[in-house]
Amino acid sequence: MNNKHERIKALKYAFPKTIPVMAGYLVLGAAFGILMRVNGFGIFWALVWSIFVYAGSLQYLGITFFAAVVNPWYALFMSVMLNARHLFYGLSMVDQLKDAGKFRPYLIFSLTDETFSVLCSEQVPDHLPRHLVYFLIAALDHLYWIAGTLVGAMAGTMIRFDTAGMDFALTALFTVIFIDQWKSRNDHRAACIGVFSSVLCVLLFGKDVFIVPAMVMIISVITIGYWKKKDKEEQM
Amino acid sequence: MKHNFNSYALITLAMILATVLTRFLPFLFFPAGKKTPKYITYLGNTLPYATIGLLVVYCLRGVSFTARPYGLPEALSIAVIAVLHIWKGNALLSIGGGTILYMTLIQTLFR
Repeated sequence: MNNKHERIKALKYAFPKTIPVMAGYLVLGAAFGILMRVNGFGIFWALVWSIFVYAGSLQYLGITFFAAVVNPWYALFMSVMLNARHLFYGLSMVDQLKDAGKFRPYLIFSLTDETFSVLCSEQVPDHLPRHLVYFLIAALDHLYWIAGTLVGAMAGTMIRFDTAGMDFALTALFTVIFIDQWKSRNDHRAACIGVFSSVLCVLLFGKDVFIVPAMVMIISVITIGYWKKKDKEEQM
Repeated sequence: MKHNFNSYALITLAMILATVLTRFLPFLFFPAGKKTPKYITYLGNTLPYATIGLLVVYCLRGVSFTARPYGLPEALSIAVIAVLHIWKGNALLSIGGGTILYMTLIQTLFR
């Protein structure tokens, strides 16, 4: 079943899906590598992080952990808070990754903001091996991140080209996925709840700690919606 | 240096642990072999739509609307992305166009 021909077809299908992430990851990965280099932490730690931590915003925050040589428990606590949004990705993908077999552990490990946003709206055509396509998308994204880090850490401050604002590619990617999701569905309540709760929590709690309260708010409103729907179904 | 290496290694371990924990936890609670509860399936169908909204806001969280340039570069670029994307429907064009516009804006007009 899983012959060479089929794998090449899967790769041909998966690669174009990862191009926006490639742009964002090469730039953000390189920026991260440069920052690590400039702060004197070197290629070794930069690569270890990009391979095994593989969480963009956490790695940027991590530079401040190293700079201040913080207590590891403090690092753990702050990292869990910042990464809490990953719990949502897992909850969203529990069914989608159910039959992923040998790919499952890696697919879960590599579920970054960007890979999640591509996979969650991905409809693989029936003639392609679905989980292999997922795996290729996830692994390509990971490779871009590592490659960007390596280039940045090696080139250091030699890069002359003004890259200010290039990281906006990821904001653009999320905006585009948001629009695609909006078009694919007539029920816009979940999208509105997401934006509204997040904006409200930024205003109420500030930009540094809004994620966890926003997640609580989103899941509460969605759960109330679920109860209401269940009540309706039971009455019928 | 030796002292620093150990501290760095522990901090790195903490970061890896935090990431693995937050990514694997939902899957440990709802393993592959068992039937997923209805409620979790419902979450799987609705949460992605809310989460992408959260991510857009997350990216823009540092933008100030009360001080110059009043979030104008971001607002303009997102407006252009939206128009391009609804009009042409080509993700790469929308993302590339919007990013180049944003870079130009903050490197020239809104320096």
